[in-house]
Amino acid sequence: MHSSDVGVPRARRLALALVAVLVVLALTQVEGTAQAPRHGGTLVYISTAQPPSLDGHRETTFAMLHPVKPHYSYLVKFDTQNYPKVVGDLAESWTASKDGLVYTFKIRSGVKFHDGSTLTSKDIKATFDRIILPKGDVVSARQAMYQSVKTVEAPNPQTVVFRLKYATPGFVEKLASPFNFVYKAEILERDPHWYERNVMGTGPFRFVEYVRGSHWVGRRFEDYWERGKPYLDGYRVLFIASRSSMLAAIKSGQALTEFRGVSPAELADIVRALGEKVAVGTAAWQCNNTVAINTKKKPFDDVRVRRALTLAVDRWGGSQALSEIAFVKPVGAMMRPGGQYAMPEAELTKLAGYGRDIAQSRQQARALLREAGVPENFSFTLKNRDISMPYEAVGVYLVDQWRQIGLNVRHEQVEAGRYFADQRAGNYDLVVDFACDFIDDPDVQLLKFLSADVSPVNYGGYVDRQLDALYVRQSRTADKAQRARFVHEFERRALSEQAYGFYVLWWQRIIPYWKTLRGYNTTTNHYVEPDLAVYWLAE
Amino acid sequence: MTRYVLTRFLLILPTLLTVAVLIFILVRIVPGDIVELRLVSGGSFVTPGVIEAERERLGLNKPLWDQFMEWMMGIFRLDLGLSMWSGNPVIQEIAIRLPLSLQLAVMASLIATAIAIPLGTLAALHRGRWIDQVVQVISVAGLAVPSFWLGILIILVLLGVFGYLPPLTFTPLLENPRANLAQLIWPALAVGYRYSAVTTRMTRSALLEVLREDYVRTAWAKGLARHVILRRHALRNALLPVVTVIGLEFAFLIGGLVVTEQVFNLNGVGKLIVEAIGQRDYTLIQGLMLLVALGYVLVNFLVDLLYAWLDPRITYQ
Repeated sequence: MHSSDVGVPRARRLALALVAVLVVLALTQVEGTAQAPRHGGTLVYISTAQPPSLDGHRETTFAMLHPVKPHYSYLVKFDTQNYPKVVGDLAESWTASKDGLVYTFKIRSGVKFHDGSTLTSKDIKATFDRIILPKGDVVSARQAMYQSVKTVEAPNPQTVVFRLKYATPGFVEKLASPFNFVYKAEILERDPHWYERNVMGTGPFRFVEYVRGSHWVGRRFEDYWERGKPYLDGYRVLFIASRSSMLAAIKSGQALTEFRGVSPAELADIVRALGEKVAVGTAAWQCNNTVAINTKKKPFDDVRVRRALTLAVDRWGGSQALSEIAFVKPVGAMMRPGGQYAMPEAELTKLAGYGRDIAQSRQQARALLREAGVPENFSFTLKNRDISMPYEAVGVYLVDQWRQIGLNVRHEQVEAGRYFADQRAGNYDLVVDFACDFIDDPDVQLLKFLSADVSPVNYGGYVDRQLDALYVRQSRTADKAQRARFVHEFERRALSEQAYGFYVLWWQRIIPYWKTLRGYNTTTNHYVEPDLAVYWLAE
Repeated sequence: MTRYVLTRFLLILPTLLTVAVLIFILVRIVPGDIVELRLVSGGSFVTPGVIEAERERLGLNKPLWDQFMEWMMGIFRLDLGLSMWSGNPVIQEIAIRLPLSLQLAVMASLIATAIAIPLGTLAALHRGRWIDQVVQVISVAGLAVPSFWLGILIILVLLGVFGYLPPLTFTPLLENPRANLAQLIWPALAVGYRYSAVTTRMTRSALLEVLREDYVRTAWAKGLARHVILRRHALRNALLPVVTVIGLEFAFLIGGLVVTEQVFNLNGVGKLIVEAIGQRDYTLIQGLMLLVALGYVLVNFLVDLLYAWLDPRITYQ
């Protein structure tokens, strides 16, 4: 008992407690009111790149999504407050048949396009027909993602049915792609290329203006289907390619944030300038840096050499050191660390190069190199992109790691055009590769490691039918736990036993934003953001 | 004179044609593929079929000769084609950026001239004295400091000391002069200072040379007033090389402010050139390079005409 309690009458103590409860309740009430979304204001944010075309179905870049997606709705979408949960957008509800071959979506009624017309299932069918079965010279970047789909039907104005050739896990998640804007059937019928240069959807914001190289403006759509939303009057995207200009814009308050991510040094700069005015969101990013090994070149055709290369890399130490200077951190295999298919750490540390004892790993690496007849100070080139964040840091780190097992590595950084051309032509020894996506789906993330005659993005040039078979097995397995086991088997073979290539580190998203921006939640990828229907501005 | 002007003007056409051929070949020698950059550079996976369909759509699978002839025929119709990246007409892409670049070039030229001619003249008139030394320091500093670096300093001072950042989007001068100048005055100062350094030194040395001429000595002997000698006899003749420098710098400024435009986030032609090259947007690069070449030959043409006005002895026979 505290001495202060001694001698205080019971009635008085009760009264004090009551007052305290009332004060807490009152404060909670005030806080609750302060947190209630407020209507009004224009959100200004930055995009560091410009959209090539305005057509979500053909593009693959966030540069298109960040300004354009607030104009569109989706059949289903990722809930950015609870990612990776999928929620209905234009779909009020949906059901899947027991065999997983038929998905039936009930479409909301009364949803208006920005031109005042009413959306029906015909628009959704036309949209997915264009994505899954594009006709003529229409390009659909994600056609391959929906190979399992046989037909899309619209039996009545409020129903859409997807019939599949075979059951595929994560089908609804794939439909929730942030690129799957729902277009108007009548426009697509008239001109299938219209959406490449025009905007017209059912999303929370209408299109106002786009000045290429400068800015993009959207205004609240008053007839948006979700009453009371959006909260913002409008939004404005500033296209700023220069990192220093981007930082200056955020520090000056001319923009509240940028939804892709900044480096630790840039974060420190912003926090130093804005202090308490800024909040910071972080999340393990669905992006990573890998190393592709040219298995057609000697001595990299020798599995012992490839294993030595991955054994030499201290991922755990690198995670700590590099995360101080670059936006890389999580250690993982092929599936995003923390995601539903991620390899558990106990299994991960058994893979070549993931062990906690780096000295022992390097000893093994040196022995393997000797066994393979690779001389001390053997030289090769690591090709890399000429982008500082995070490629340069990762490249320099790798060079240092390999020097520690007696290899002499030249770091060659080339600009994007040459980088892709060299990679495709096999004009490299080892190359720092990368991948980014909006979904934790092994079908997508394992694709790079299929045999070269199956996967055009297998830059290593190897053929491994065991991997191809494992890929098909995991892709047709509905049970998530069983699927994860196949995925891990695939990872063990590709990354450790054969070491065809390897992962360095996964990226870490760092999003500083002015605290006046509310309702924002940092997700694991920059594709599903911004979700402007739920954001609002505090006074 | 008329014949000279016409001949000189007609010579612009073969010059531009040569430039067009060179540009067409050079951009295709550089490794890289717009389709891969556009569809794969974000890290996503697309099938080879999609890549091939896109190449077909952009006409990249046609023989080079066909691509060149298509472009040439378009130029004769004043149609530079569509940007391979955005799908917008190249002329439209350039038209969005050109007003800003032109205005910045004009403002920087005015600032540079306003600084350079008085300073250069002062330095020449007070050769070897402290005024000359000060002018030399100012101009050498201007040559040594890159304009983008000065731009970064300006932004840091504005933001750090005054908590102010110039507007990030362009407003046309006639629409809102205040907003327009608030954005462009800073880069114009940064660029104009470097530009003035070159011109100051040129003015000084040209004037020093002219001041030693017999006709200037005669003018002094005649008892003409100093300002008359300077304005009518010395400066007018000394301006010939200065005009050349100003002309070339002006032409350079239209497409050459690559880094300064990045620093101030200006939506100008220089930034567009860098983006187009990075994206391997062949049609846009070709259009832009042709524009820059046209700018250079036109400015040179005008400078040649200006020579005759400044120095009546030039007859162009």
